Amino acid sequence: DFVEALRAVVGAPNVSTATAVREQHGHDESMHPCAPPDVVVWPQAVGQVQELAALCHRCRVPMVPFGTGTGLEGGVNAVQGGVCFDLSRMDAIAELSLEDFSVTVEPGVTRKALNKHLRGTGLWFPVDPGADASLCGMAATGASGTNAVRYGTMRPNVLNLRVVLPDGRLLHTAGPGRQPRKRAAGYDLTSLFVGSEGTLGFLTQATLRLHPLPEATAVTIASFPSVGAAVACTVQVLQAAVPVARIEFLDEVMADACSRFSGMGLPVAATLLLELHGSQRSLAEQQQQTEEIVRQNGGSGLAWAEGQEEREQLWSMRHNAWYAALALRPGCQGYSTDVCVPISRLPEVVVETKQDLQASNITGPMVGHVGDGNFHCILIFNSQDPEEAQRIHAFTQRLGRRALAAGGTCTGEHGVGLGKRALLQEELGPEGLDTLRSIKAALDPHNLMNPGKVL
Amino acid sequence: VADLAPMSVWAVRVAPGGGVHTQGVKHSLNPFCEIALEEAVRLREAGDILTLSLPQETLRTALAMGADRAVLAELAEGAAAGPREVATALAALVQKLQPQLVLLGKQAIDDDCNQTGQLLAAMLDWPQGTFASRVQLEAGAVLVEREVDGGLETLRLRLPAVLTADLRLNEPRYATLPNIMKAKKKPLEVLPAAELGVAAGPPRLKVLQVREPPPRAGGERVESVESLLGKLRHAGRI
Repeated sequence: DFVEALRAVVGAPNVSTATAVREQHGHDESMHPCAPPDVVVWPQAVGQVQELAALCHRCRVPMVPFGTGTGLEGGVNAVQGGVCFDLSRMDAIAELSLEDFSVTVEPGVTRKALNKHLRGTGLWFPVDPGADASLCGMAATGASGTNAVRYGTMRPNVLNLRVVLPDGRLLHTAGPGRQPRKRAAGYDLTSLFVGSEGTLGFLTQATLRLHPLPEATAVTIASFPSVGAAVACTVQVLQAAVPVARIEFLDEVMADACSRFSGMGLPVAATLLLELHGSQRSLAEQQQQTEEIVRQNGGSGLAWAEGQEEREQLWSMRHNAWYAALALRPGCQGYSTDVCVPISRLPEVVVETKQDLQASNITGPMVGHVGDGNFHCILIFNSQDPEEAQRIHAFTQRLGRRALAAGGTCTGEHGVGLGKRALLQEELGPEGLDTLRSIKAALDPHNLMNPGKVL
Repeated sequence: VADLAPMSVWAVRVAPGGGVHTQGVKHSLNPFCEIALEEAVRLREAGDILTLSLPQETLRTALAMGADRAVLAELAEGAAAGPREVATALAALVQKLQPQLVLLGKQAIDDDCNQTGQLLAAMLDWPQGTFASRVQLEAGAVLVEREVDGGLETLRLRLPAVLTADLRLNEPRYATLPNIMKAKKKPLEVLPAAELGVAAGPPRLKVLQVREPPPRAGGERVESVESLLGKLRHAGRI
């Protein structure tokens, strides 16, 4: 019996076929309907992951990796059933090196847990996608966040990955026990597995690049007369080589929603939330440069928050954007779009998207990592209303294509998952897709790793 | 005053002789003491900040956060470090150094006693403002807002005084690398606890037993109300 064989590897308490447990592992934070696996297992060590994978491979059973279930594209939905590998019990933090600025973490370690562990060392891991996600999960989806404009996304911050391949073999993408800050040794396997969304293997350990904590931080909010003005301000701040740490955009609907939800009293206008990092002296210089550029673009309301509590207050207002948007239409569901375009095309894409929202009668406040040209429409709709659901679906397809037409991508940070496979084809073209398929076939010829996703 | 507690992310285990296993367990700054230290750093125009700790390891973090100098009170191997011992050591140090204000965390997260600040104030015969959520210095006095069961209470205490910090007093800063490097040069004095009057005798508190909670038993489905009542009676619940 297959389930008995699973129990023999990890022990009976670490295998479950209970309905509630399987349903909990069959969905993430996206709108895709729950697709429960047939069984959930909790391996405690990488050797067990290998044994389980080899077993599933022999019996041709699909395998789905699971971290924190906080993804946004249905990456953990077991659309072909199979075994869900819940890796959260493997939670070791090891090999912290303060001189090499690196640390290795297993899938059970979340980004907040790592930063808490690093407290007192003067280092931090800056990639912040919002949710308290598993770091290996963030590597699997190529996550990004508000800090990417200065510190990069997951890709440049993952130095090595310990991968269990679909047949159970163990692969270290940069070689076992290595974390050089740069390397030119062969094809970049680390980068291949980052963003592979569980379709090429299990990421059972990641070696991450750490950064020094800034000495001083300042945050400000500025309101602009138009979206164009806010984006122009962003471009100029970047062109002035101000090493801005975060630059977030809220359209007037989002600014109003956030302001009301958090009781902040912001003007209802296109808004930028900026954060600067540096030494005390360099911060003062950055602040001066930023103020000048903001004023030149008609921005107003600039007041710097430097104390820990005030900064936390401003950012939690932004982080609560999801809930603030949901509060606009209580009882409805939310869906976050995710396109990324060259910054030069951002104003026109945003303006067209807003016109589309109005024409389609959709509630969709916008929030964006403007420094990267990446923005999200948080669409609030009644999923029980088939007509509305259809309008939403059509809108997201148009938005994806609009971004592609502007030279961008249909997904800046959330991944392809279940819902964007068709758009991926349009984005990469037939040769691109064929190359991806060749790689997939080479590593997972029986299509057992998270089938139905990405390709 | 900075106290130490085992880091909360580590699995807590009962040691063979009773008590909690602490060998090789990573220790960190007690969160409430961290808040007290942060408040002291913010009030620093009032003068030097001295931190005192019983076991060591994270005094350098306190220095990196902004304390000016540190004193490590070294206990004899295996000696008790409960509220009475800490308060005694602090009282001795206070007599020597004559500070105007002593800030402590309201309680340590390993024993949750919530006694050290109060014992210290009694030993020194100083006024105390415990569970502080807001602190404001005035000339010769301190205005303290305290979180009490009925709401918020504001006291004006003549200096010198003892205050204990509660969660909402502030958000402590992270130590940055430049400050960690500067902290290496700040003075750290080691004093044997006996010199601070901490008696080497047997502890006044005896821990009778420490045990883990019973392992979780599986649930059971019953077919009828009678069956449910029978099982509850059998388990002595009704």
